[in-house]
Amino acid sequence: MIITRSWKRTALSLAAIGALAGALGAQAPALPAAPKNAPQDSGALRVQVQGTLTDAQKNDAGLEALTKSVASELRCPVCQGLSIQDSPSELSQQMRTVVKEQLAAGKSQQEVKDYFISKYGEWILLEPQAHGFNLLIYALPVFLVLGGAVFVVFIVKRWTAAPATAGASVPTADDTE
Amino acid sequence: MNWRRASIAAAAAAPIIGLFAWGLTRDPNNIPSPLPGRAAPSFALAVFSPGQGGLMRPAGDTVRLADLKGKVVVLNFWASWCLACRDEHAALSQVAATYEGQPVQFLGVLYNDVPDKGRAWIAEMGGQSYPSVDDPGARVAIDYGLYGVPETFFLDGNGRVAFKNTGPVTPGMVRLKVDSLMAVAALQASAAQPAPAPRAPAKDRAGGPEKTGGAK
Repeated sequence: MIITRSWKRTALSLAAIGALAGALGAQAPALPAAPKNAPQDSGALRVQVQGTLTDAQKNDAGLEALTKSVASELRCPVCQGLSIQDSPSELSQQMRTVVKEQLAAGKSQQEVKDYFISKYGEWILLEPQAHGFNLLIYALPVFLVLGGAVFVVFIVKRWTAAPATAGASVPTADDTE
Repeated sequence: MNWRRASIAAAAAAPIIGLFAWGLTRDPNNIPSPLPGRAAPSFALAVFSPGQGGLMRPAGDTVRLADLKGKVVVLNFWASWCLACRDEHAALSQVAATYEGQPVQFLGVLYNDVPDKGRAWIAEMGGQSYPSVDDPGARVAIDYGLYGVPETFFLDGNGRVAFKNTGPVTPGMVRLKVDSLMAVAALQASAAQPAPAPRAPAKDRAGGPEKTGGAK
């Protein structure tokens, strides 16, 4: 009875740490990727647009990919949480056409997005831009995960303090305290 | 000890509860448009329904925003498949008729619909006093940041968006907005005529419509 309690505690704390590590692992690549990728992509793709525009006829596949990329970031105004790329609605199709035409006319991805922001506001972006108050959305999960990790370490240390000093070979010691 | 824990838990929960409470005070359908206060997107659209009496514009005529300078423009996006458009149609049509001969242009813009169906709808609704234009590909609708229909934009005499209304309009609201924009235009016109050199007060008045728009 006494032994099972101590095992329970250890298992519980291990599970908590495991879950946290899992969460960290899942968050770590996703979080920096969002702000980092955005400028990188637009820069690289802008060069592509300008490049394909010079050989005007060849740009179909590239233009399609660019359109897809921009359209995936724009919210469908008549749907719930869908991008205009994923939405089958008529307005989304028309907006995709506008995106494609503007890209073909030589606008950069950011300029096309800015056009839609100027019409619909920042709401039109599925992913909020990382500046000002919006930074909170990106920073808060990191802080929460780090804070949680510190908290778990602190708690586990407190739980395991007694057996550590008494010696690991006597697991029943802490339960008799 | 228990009290301490309870107060820590309460302190941690308070901001989250506060956030949710604040969220309840907001209408998720009410997305503010960035357009009011800015220059209205230009358009050139063909009339498919001419309107009646003095407000008539021949079908096939192209209506350009640039040609409407100096007029208050009421731009009403609608569709024959739109149920809420039925609610506002009679009111809008009647109010528009009362402004005949004044520097006001009411204009219906057909959104994602076929002109034939639009014409049939107008006939079914007992006519429309003002002309309606077709917007192929919803280009102008997207330019105006349209979410759905009906949406009505009120443009001032300087070609700027003064107000936007989402959903059906009421006669009182249309009159109030059109009258206030006409009053501002008249003030600007009277200020511009006697004064040989443009001065600062004219600039102040130009900011008028946006201020009233923000208060609405």
